[in-house]
Amino acid sequence: MHALLDNTWKVLRTAPPTALFGLLVIITILLAGLFAPWLAPYGETQVVGPPSLPVGDDEFFFGTDEIGRDMFSRIIYGARNTVGIAFLTTALAFSLGAVLGLLAAVKGRWVDQVLGRLVDILMAIPPLIFALLILTITGTSIMNMVLVIAVLDSTRVFRITRASAMNIGVMEFVEAARLRGEGLWWIIRHEILPNITAPLAAEFGLRFCFVFLFISALSFLGLGIQPPTADWGSMVRQSSNLLAFGQLNPLVPALCIALLTVSVNFVVDWFLYRTSGLKD
Amino acid sequence: MIHILKMVAQRLALGVFILFVVSVIIFMAVELLPGDFVDAILGQAATEATVEAFRYQLGLDRPAYIRYFEWLGDIFQGDLGYSFRAQRPIDDLVLLRLYNTLFLAAYAAAIAVPIALLFGVLAAMYRNSFFDRTVNVVALIAISSPEFLAAYILIFVFAVQLGWFPTLAQVSIDMEFGERLRVLLLPAVTLTLVTMAHMMRMTRASIINLLSHPYIEMARLKGMSNRRIIVRHALPNAIAPIVNVVAINLAYMIVGVVVVEVVFVYPGLGQLLVDSVSNRDMPVVQIACLIFAVTYISLNLLADICSVLSNPRLLHPR
Amino acid sequence: MTAATDGHASEASEGDVLLRMRGLRIEGRADEEWLEIVHGIDLELHRGEVLGLIGESGAGKSTIGLAALGYARDGCRISGGEIWFDGVDLARISEGKRRALRGRRIAYVAQSAAAAFNPAHRLIDQCVEAPVRHGLLDREQAEREAIDLFRKLQLPNPETIGQRFPHQVSGGQLQRVMVAMAMAGRPDLIVFDEPTTALDVTTQIEVMAAVKKVVEAHGTAAIYVTHDLAVVAQMADRIIVLRNGHVVEQGDTRGILENPQEDYTRALVRVRELRKERMEADDTDVPVLEVANVTAAYGKDPVLVDVSMTVPKQRTVAVVGESGSGKSTTARVITGLLPPQKGSIRFHGNTLPSAYFKRTKDQLRQIQMIYQSPDTALNPKHSVRDVIGRPLTFYLGLRGRKREERVRELLSLIELDPDQFIDRRATELSGGQKQRVCIARALAADPQLVICDEVTSALDQLVGEEILRLLLRLQKEFGLSYLFITHDLATVRAIADHVVVMQHGEVVDSGTRDEIFTPPHHEYTELLLSSVPEMDPDWLDRLLAERGEEFRDRGI
Repeated sequence: MHALLDNTWKVLRTAPPTALFGLLVIITILLAGLFAPWLAPYGETQVVGPPSLPVGDDEFFFGTDEIGRDMFSRIIYGARNTVGIAFLTTALAFSLGAVLGLLAAVKGRWVDQVLGRLVDILMAIPPLIFALLILTITGTSIMNMVLVIAVLDSTRVFRITRASAMNIGVMEFVEAARLRGEGLWWIIRHEILPNITAPLAAEFGLRFCFVFLFISALSFLGLGIQPPTADWGSMVRQSSNLLAFGQLNPLVPALCIALLTVSVNFVVDWFLYRTSGLKD
Repeated sequence: MIHILKMVAQRLALGVFILFVVSVIIFMAVELLPGDFVDAILGQAATEATVEAFRYQLGLDRPAYIRYFEWLGDIFQGDLGYSFRAQRPIDDLVLLRLYNTLFLAAYAAAIAVPIALLFGVLAAMYRNSFFDRTVNVVALIAISSPEFLAAYILIFVFAVQLGWFPTLAQVSIDMEFGERLRVLLLPAVTLTLVTMAHMMRMTRASIINLLSHPYIEMARLKGMSNRRIIVRHALPNAIAPIVNVVAINLAYMIVGVVVVEVVFVYPGLGQLLVDSVSNRDMPVVQIACLIFAVTYISLNLLADICSVLSNPRLLHPR
Repeated sequence: MTAATDGHASEASEGDVLLRMRGLRIEGRADEEWLEIVHGIDLELHRGEVLGLIGESGAGKSTIGLAALGYARDGCRISGGEIWFDGVDLARISEGKRRALRGRRIAYVAQSAAAAFNPAHRLIDQCVEAPVRHGLLDREQAEREAIDLFRKLQLPNPETIGQRFPHQVSGGQLQRVMVAMAMAGRPDLIVFDEPTTALDVTTQIEVMAAVKKVVEAHGTAAIYVTHDLAVVAQMADRIIVLRNGHVVEQGDTRGILENPQEDYTRALVRVRELRKERMEADDTDVPVLEVANVTAAYGKDPVLVDVSMTVPKQRTVAVVGESGSGKSTTARVITGLLPPQKGSIRFHGNTLPSAYFKRTKDQLRQIQMIYQSPDTALNPKHSVRDVIGRPLTFYLGLRGRKREERVRELLSLIELDPDQFIDRRATELSGGQKQRVCIARALAADPQLVICDEVTSALDQLVGEEILRLLLRLQKEFGLSYLFITHDLATVRAIADHVVVMQHGEVVDSGTRDEIFTPPHHEYTELLLSSVPEMDPDWLDRLLAERGEEFRDRGI
């Protein structure tokens, strides 16, 4: 345990400032999301003051929204809702895409062909358009949105998993395992997975950013997470008309979104640099 | 030569096939609608007879595949169908808006493409310099930010505080070109920021990849100048990757326009699509999705074909 | 070269020195740190002289070669010393001045011509670029010169070959076009960086002959970088032996070959003298492996046509051929990775299922394989214990203490200290150590037959020789049979009992080692055998003279 801490410290000391900044932001937002009810001064949907107070108000630091709810509290709850839902979606997309990608890479032949063509077609349609089409049919609910985005996004995970697994799959140590008579599952678990965890972990970070921005955009368009649930994207939309009066209210949740994605990107960049050993 | 024509034909055929599948998916969307969309239009109170009459009028009593080909045939003839919410033909709604959307996208592309390529090439040439690092961090931030953040910051600074531009991008047909450009500058810049960052990073990566080839080192060892190495040895091989980068990002831009249009309340196709989705105005959603999908797929197809055509191995087979 | 060896080199005056390096130091970047890889080299080259730089990987020979152009690769830098070329110090002058020298007075020939030519331009355009851009010749003159050089380098269709693109020309020809490109600016010095390493032996000889001829005719000085002493012996007047960025020994070519002073040089000179003792013919037993009339194809392209061979018990059969001969495909058919269209594989007289996944565990266990590149044959995430232990558990059911003991035993067998190596990962081993671990993995299965696919060609010569010795010892101790796939006739001579020669997917010659290596030879075998460079500076000249006569006799 001590060695582990020691190691972490060593790694962190070599991290560039951007990555440290990113880690700090991610941890802060995670904590805020986890302990939202204890941290937030007011309730998620509680009307606490006059509507549309500007940012920098003495009592409500981030101001209040159009019906007088505390923006600061809703930002904290938003960390739980928006980030939680985005994480869930990414995890779902990842499980689906990675399992199918590995299967396609190792099985090859018709499994690969069928899955590959299917993914080609799904990827040929712009994701936002596809999502809008499907959401029109199924109606806007969080469950539907999570499923639709997870399926659409899994195509990208599928591609990268398949490609990295193929790169490893043609290595002679995998051939040696096949010739030894090892089973498919053993080869995936012992020969392939350990060699592709690093690129997959980085991809998870990037996919999360994409999903998170995607959900925020949908919510912003009024087609994602629905009120009264506190959510950063819809908060931007709801307070957007205050901007015309010189109030900064909509920028606060928008900045939160950007802050989190930038942070994740910084950390992923550093991680890629470390694991690939490449100077670029 | 036969070989390369065959490859281009293959790509084209694949593109047409994907377009076909996509149109089927979009058409099927109506079929999958819970209940029937006649119910949605007429409401629960409608009598059996009115429903039957309406279904007959729409042709919903006939098999789906026949209706699909009729739908497609009508679209090819320029008849895009009828919006039940707006109570008018879709052509009226869509064409002007499509023009608006394409105008905005072209405007943004005219700003984004040259800047992105220039910065991408410069960052690659001066790799790991201060310039490169700065450009990279800025690009990363731009990519990570939602479009509406950039839009609102621009609005706040240039429209609300300075008052140089309008907060909303309202246009009319008889507007002067120069005025149109002024009104649309903020949305165009918003759209530019995100796409430009992507394009720049991709350009940088492909140029760096190119410069690491042994034939570039060979040119150095032949005593060629940096300028000549870039112009003569790198660029001819960079065409394919760069065309690819541009096409992919234009495709991305045309889709990314949706959010920007909503922010600036710009009467484009994206705005129409979002409204129609909220209203569940299915025929309009279908047409809008079809237009976006066709543009997106065509641009990607174009990129694919360009990279086939610029490959010397395929252009001059053994 | 004759003029240079006879006179100039020995009694050269100061004014004759074209290139002089003094205390040259070069650093390479590794993990944010600069490490010195060339430690203060002194080197002198006279006009018209050919200097061979020889060493194994990591010797710094290519880096020094490039430094002769005042050039350091990305991630390297010249950190100290002087590089005097005809009165200027390349390490001090501006990049612009260096650029003016490159391509005009100093030229470079790279190892892989396929990668060093720009795929987007015709060959002629690339050949005339240097003389035209440096203002030496106008375009028309430069083209005429280039065509003239193509002719001298014995390229087919010298008038028109320049109109082709790089991918339209074969490897050996492309390498000669690159020599023409280097010669085009009439330079005083050319650096050849392993120009024949990627080629087959029969192609290598064509390139060597062409290079030797034009370099002599033009009186150009050259630095010839290679890992193969026999090759450099044909080309160089003088040789510098390098190891880990230091000079081990230098002297004129004959002196180095006939009377090496240092142990390291002696080892390099003797590297091809390993010979297996002759085994008595032993045809009584059923052979371990019989490949009977096998025809196989990848998709529609046939790669093996009616191939047959047998591996007797406790013997080594070497399958030799050039790239594209089908020798590696033969291994894939035997292991069941590529089921044949016709023919069968018999093991101890029993026919094996053609696909590996239809074979029983025991059938799989008895045939083991060792690969060419130990880097890709070992999973970088596994420890040596995992690698060697897995077949023990999988085939023999060994676990816990028993397994650990056996792993250690195997490590001792392959001459690696168990305490030191058992916990290492593949990434923490040298090339030779990795190959030893691969051998241990094969041995762990307790096989009858081991297929060795080019097991030494990715390794340095001295390391490769140790691996061969190890394999010979293990064969004796455990009564193994080997099927040895190689392109290198020296390896064949060293370890084979029987030899099978393949060309274009067919067996063209076979027999015992003595039969194959004693004349009269089959025509293709003869070509292969005569193309292997020998440690004799006169070998190439003699061979070319012989072949010339032969051609004349045949009226060609």
